[in-house]
Amino acid sequence: MSDTHAQSVAFVRESFIPEQAPPARETGAIRWVRHNLFPTIPNAILTLLALYVIYVLLSGLLPWLLGGVWNAGSLSECREITGAGAGGCFAVLTERWNQLIFGFAFPQTEYWRPLLAFVLLFVAGAPALLPDLPRRLLILTALYPFVAYWLLWGGTILTPVSAFLGVLAGYFAFKATDRWSFALSLGAAVVAAVAVWWVGGWVASQERDFLAIQRIQSRDMGGYMLNMILGTVCISLSLPFGILLALGRQSRLPLIKYVCVAFIEFVRGVPLITLLFVANVVLAYFLPPDTNFDLILRVIIMITMFASAYIAEVIRGGLAALPRGQYEAADSLGLDYAQAMRLIILPQALKISIPGIVNVAVGLFKDTTLVSIISMFDVVGMIRGPILASTDWNGVYWELYGFAALLFFVTCYGISQYSQWLERKLATEHR
Amino acid sequence: METANTRAPDRSQLKVSDEVAIEIDGMNKWFGNFHVLRDIDLTVYKGERIVVCGPSGSGKSTLIRCINGLEEHQKGRITVDGTVLNSDLKQIDKIRSEVGMCFQHFNLFPHLTILENCTLAPIWVRKTPKKEAEETAMHFLEKVKIPDQANKYPGQLSGGQQQRVAIARSLCMRPKIMLFDEPTSALDPEMIKEVLDTMIELAEEGMTMICVTHEMGFARQVANRVIFMADGQIVEQNEPEAFFNNPKSERTKQFLSQILGH
Repeated sequence: MSDTHAQSVAFVRESFIPEQAPPARETGAIRWVRHNLFPTIPNAILTLLALYVIYVLLSGLLPWLLGGVWNAGSLSECREITGAGAGGCFAVLTERWNQLIFGFAFPQTEYWRPLLAFVLLFVAGAPALLPDLPRRLLILTALYPFVAYWLLWGGTILTPVSAFLGVLAGYFAFKATDRWSFALSLGAAVVAAVAVWWVGGWVASQERDFLAIQRIQSRDMGGYMLNMILGTVCISLSLPFGILLALGRQSRLPLIKYVCVAFIEFVRGVPLITLLFVANVVLAYFLPPDTNFDLILRVIIMITMFASAYIAEVIRGGLAALPRGQYEAADSLGLDYAQAMRLIILPQALKISIPGIVNVAVGLFKDTTLVSIISMFDVVGMIRGPILASTDWNGVYWELYGFAALLFFVTCYGISQYSQWLERKLATEHR
Repeated sequence: METANTRAPDRSQLKVSDEVAIEIDGMNKWFGNFHVLRDIDLTVYKGERIVVCGPSGSGKSTLIRCINGLEEHQKGRITVDGTVLNSDLKQIDKIRSEVGMCFQHFNLFPHLTILENCTLAPIWVRKTPKKEAEETAMHFLEKVKIPDQANKYPGQLSGGQQQRVAIARSLCMRPKIMLFDEPTSALDPEMIKEVLDTMIELAEEGMTMICVTHEMGFARQVANRVIFMADGQIVEQNEPEAFFNNPKSERTKQFLSQILGH
């Protein structure tokens, strides 16, 4: 068409009309409001309604938040300060802060220990949670449980050290006998670990004061710290157990398969609270008298069992979603079962399962508040028990439960944001 | 494939020894009550290039999947490179590390890069040092003409490229035998040639190959034996020229007229 000229056709425009500014009502804020808030009469009504609801909410909430009292010794003092105003009595949070976070029996002088453990949690968690960090840093993650145990429960340093040495001995025994069958080297690892633990336990019981920090009983743990302990330990334990259960459920050996199926179906079919009652009350009838089986440990076992059954089912979904070709390709290259699972199947199945796993983890973390029912003083237990029962603060519901909700929301939202970041990070299928 | 046909058949340099690579003796397989493979007897010599064809459901894929133990046979005896295939996992893994396999749907590992796909088995199964495994991988990736994609993920490659990576991944294990299970069936037409060319090159180097394929041009050019299967049995086997020009059984004639007749 390049040889079409004005002379040879009826009309060809050769000069263009300059651009004009759009009419004011079609630009900027006015346009946005018109198109998004008031495009039609029903939408305009909805917009006005929404504005009214927002106004009602804020007019209730803002005076409560902004007019709140942060310094007072009791609810009646709060009332005196606010007078007829609607301000909240947040003084309970400042006055009982330590109790909300650490429980009421944790020695004040030792608060630095859980705080340090909390900070170290991020240092230790980073290598396991961020795929970009060098693998070598995982040693920090491996050390953390022992350090955290020592910081929280105290006692002689010999206890965590011997526990760590036991794990190390087991690991090396496993490595050294790697060439034998899997079962044999697993046996060797267990024997080595138990031997070291036994010796270490004896030494620790003789030298109770060697590099010791103040010993703290499990029953003195409380507040949000207890939720963090239970949540962190149970989530990190239930993932490996869940993986084993999911693989066991797929096993070709009937014994393994049906044990796993029975475990999963039983645990999933029972409310967590009944398991916690079993941990708290019923177990005591079965254990020999005078056995001092730590309550936190019992609760950890129960919550871990509960969560791993759920995680097993989530991972089973991920395993089922993988095409059969992946198993066949791994097989045809000569990889054995453990290698195929570890290198090919699980990395993909776990990636698919991330949303489900995080869902279970978030649910589990919030479920740790159920321990308040079996008279453990986690943050909800503290609020329900010592704080609300005290004459000073009886009646401060909104502020306390709102604070607990905020604590959990911040943590769970953080977990959720991390998981979404991880999903994007691991996405390799897109072009 | 026409493109493959235009190349002059040059079978003179493709030597076949009388050493046995695979020996299948009276093999039977059932899927539940369905008798998929019936009394299969087959001897494959080192350096042989065998094309297996036949209508769908005839058991071709199942036959080659039995050779590396992806499917279990119920009766008869399979010997691969001197190792008897039985239910012993160690034996099966030994055979699998000597036998490479390419699948219709490539089955690359999507969470690993191309290079990692190729080095994984040598590192974990053969215990090759990582550096050496990577050199081998690059060598074979060059051979299939995609060294520049080494650090991409499978999802970023075209189908033809993915299948060539799958071939390279198998070759990195230095297999003695290669099995191809309809390697071009899932490909767009313009990508079939690049995969076939790779396979032809492999054949010319003397690799023992069994290919389940419908690419009759490929069969004419490189195969030294074509096997026709129907209803779980080997109906006819012959040299390609004789097989295509002079089929003996009615079933073969019917099949050939259907796939060559247009």
